Amino acid sequence: MSNILSAGRPAPDFSVHVTPDQKLSLSELRGKPVILAFYPADWSPVCGDQMALYNEILPEFQKLGAVLVGVSVDGVWCHEAFAKDRHLQFPLAADFEPKGEIAKAYGAYRTVEGVCERALFVIDREGVIAWSYLSPVAINPGADGILEALENLPK
Amino acid sequence: MSKLSIEVNADDHIQGNSTAECSLVEYGDYECPHCGTAYPIVKRVQKHFGKRLSFVFRNFPLTQIHPWAEPAAEVAEFAGVHGKFWEMHDLLFENQENLGETLFLNLADKLDLSTAQLQTAKASQTYRSRVRADFSGGARSGVNGTPTFFINGRRHNGPFDFDSLSEAIELALR
Repeated sequence: MSNILSAGRPAPDFSVHVTPDQKLSLSELRGKPVILAFYPADWSPVCGDQMALYNEILPEFQKLGAVLVGVSVDGVWCHEAFAKDRHLQFPLAADFEPKGEIAKAYGAYRTVEGVCERALFVIDREGVIAWSYLSPVAINPGADGILEALENLPK
Repeated sequence: MSKLSIEVNADDHIQGNSTAECSLVEYGDYECPHCGTAYPIVKRVQKHFGKRLSFVFRNFPLTQIHPWAEPAAEVAEFAGVHGKFWEMHDLLFENQENLGETLFLNLADKLDLSTAQLQTAKASQTYRSRVRADFSGGARSGVNGTPTFFINGRRHNGPFDFDSLSEAIELALR
């Protein structure tokens, strides 16, 4: 398993496509807590996969002022189709070219399979990692850790 | 290790012996086909363990992908207030393919519940806060899809076929 960046480290900045014609930079989100959810691939074959689950819990994240960004190595068109199919209300970042660059910066890349780990980061308003968690890749970690980390952030 | 953030309490729908050595809690969605698959399995597990097991069902409707999940949960809660939660829970799963307003009214009628009261409750969203509270508690407990089971308060990460679930319960009973 990977060695992901731990709490206290500055969150590496990135600028990445979230739609075919739109980019998102982490630094743009400064001032708000950010949840980065790395996951292996779009289209997991279960209802209530990790992204669909976070989509449901999104209002709870928003109540805590947080912004959620999903990250996988899938391309923008794949993300777009996936987001549309699952009615996702939050951006999916395409860590596609150079492949896995963001995941590597966070220590959350699986070199053998060429996909992201299932890894979670809560970044505070100043851009510092407040909490991180690496889940076994086959286990959807749920959202309890994220909610707890957000609730523990200084107001 | 994810744990139940809200312990089993008097507000829960509990089936079986409430002081049983082992408690099984399911967070489920009436429209989720996997919960539909789990429904008869849970019944078998309950029968197998008898008095040693209690079973609690809490709502975790995935509303973005299952449009009837939340209304169905409210119908079950309505029935619950009239002492017929489990009857309605079972009927909803048994008729999972046909969820919708017509079915809800038919099932209420079948259980001798007032369809007028049901319609009022649904229109005024009387049971919505209860369903949302279940969901929120589930999110804080590490529910990671539906169904998610907790055995003695700890999230069961394995599959939910009869053998896997019973084995996990046996372990908790040891």
